[in-house]
Amino acid sequence: MELFIQQLTNGLAIGGIYALIALGYTMVYGVMKLINFAHGDLFSIGAYLGLTLLLSLGLVDKIGVLGGILLLMLMVMGLVGIIGIILERVAYRPLRKADRLSAVVSALGASIFFANSLMLIYGAKFRVYPHNILPKMAVDILGMKIPLIRILLLLASFILMTALYLFVQKTKTGTAIRAAAIDQGAAKLMGINVNKIISIVFFIGPALGGAAGIMVGLYYGQINFLMGWLYGLKAFIAAVIGGIGNIPGAMLGGIILGVVESLGAAYVSFAWKDAIAFLVLIIILIVRPTGILGERVAEKV
Amino acid sequence: MLRIENLHVSYGNVEALHGINLEVKEGEIVTLLGANGAGKSTTLNTISGLLKPTKGTIYFKDVEISKLEAHEIVSLGIAQVPEGRRVFSTLTVQENLNLGAFTVLDEKTIQKNLEWIFSLFPRLKERRKQLAGTLSGGEQQMLAIARGLMANPKILLLDEPSLGLAPILVKSIFATIKEINESGVTVLLVEQNARAALKLAHRGYVIEVGNIVLADSSENLLSNPEVRKAYLGG
Repeated sequence: MELFIQQLTNGLAIGGIYALIALGYTMVYGVMKLINFAHGDLFSIGAYLGLTLLLSLGLVDKIGVLGGILLLMLMVMGLVGIIGIILERVAYRPLRKADRLSAVVSALGASIFFANSLMLIYGAKFRVYPHNILPKMAVDILGMKIPLIRILLLLASFILMTALYLFVQKTKTGTAIRAAAIDQGAAKLMGINVNKIISIVFFIGPALGGAAGIMVGLYYGQINFLMGWLYGLKAFIAAVIGGIGNIPGAMLGGIILGVVESLGAAYVSFAWKDAIAFLVLIIILIVRPTGILGERVAEKV
Repeated sequence: MLRIENLHVSYGNVEALHGINLEVKEGEIVTLLGANGAGKSTTLNTISGLLKPTKGTIYFKDVEISKLEAHEIVSLGIAQVPEGRRVFSTLTVQENLNLGAFTVLDEKTIQKNLEWIFSLFPRLKERRKQLAGTLSGGEQQMLAIARGLMANPKILLLDEPSLGLAPILVKSIFATIKEINESGVTVLLVEQNARAALKLAHRGYVIEVGNIVLADSSENLLSNPEVRKAYLGG
């Protein structure tokens, strides 16, 4: 039971991170029908920027742990979001009218560019987040000691996802994003500036990915310029499991993937962790090719 | 109000409009008739800014709009109800209407328009919480028109509102278009259902493979032997 609860909470924390990254894939896919393969690297950039700002600004010493990390997260989200907007302008907008394969190749190129830039700037070795930032506390829940950071991570991803959900469902801009995802031409006829919507999506997605990058740095303590590849792939799987293009689907897919992976690692074998993730993908694609929530209401013509 | 001069539009290398001229005066209902592929939708989509002309200009109240972006054109007061309704099927009726009012910033105007629309289409009020994709074809057409009206347009471009609807629904939709026009909205109506459109409109244009071949009052077009033969079934 102890092992189960520990692995479950661990899985939820990782699942929250997958979900945050998956949201970036799914939102971009929703509006542009493009898989942004550079998204995993934006996540890495978030992790590295977080490290740099953490070491250089010393926010944690100045305004306390919680406030410092929070401010750091907001700064990284803003910066990675801006990189996302620039990425769209430079790598995707000129190819808007080209066939889809060109944009995919451009995305792969952007991914390689980002990963290698990180390597040139920060070096190819693993970098380490200072391990004494967050107090090594554990919270006692039903006699079990759950690390505080795990709970904070869960909380952070929950807050970010709720904020995104409310933004997309309740605000005028959010409704415009959903409209542009359904029918760009019709959205233009409503007076929606679709280019602006695409920029907003390319800000929000990478911003969430950047937040996930810091979270991984804080949770695991070490980061690497290639880590965006595996995390990006996992999050992409999460988005497909939930139904790509569907925002609640990405959240659900991320959580499911994180939990299954974590429980699988504990009860099957740690070495099989990634294989289990892909197995889940295969099974879901066989049973529900559109993903769990990826079904749209039939359109009447 | 709306003036099109020597408009050429191409899809790649294929020219779809070969220099058409068309005018809609304030308060009118003008219909643009033609067969499939004649260039009717192309004309509307170019007015709306979804397509860019290769040559020629479009003026709205003497301001050139042919170089503006689609969303800027909507905020000038030109709303289009596209062919095949294209309602946002996974959004609710209310959300569709809100999106129609995307360019309208004044909350009072939005409320006023909403009340007016619900009086035109009471069915939509009953179904405002329902997803648009679950509505019947006729209801979706009502929603598409209502959504266009929420933009508070000075001119409404309607692309084949009768398409795929039962005759009784066509009648009711056309009666509503008349009502909309009488409330002060100018209408440019694209139709294949020539008889119904000419009965409603003040004037009409006939377009054939990218050229305007006839322009006259509705009465004259209805009695024109060529029009009778080609579009009214003899």
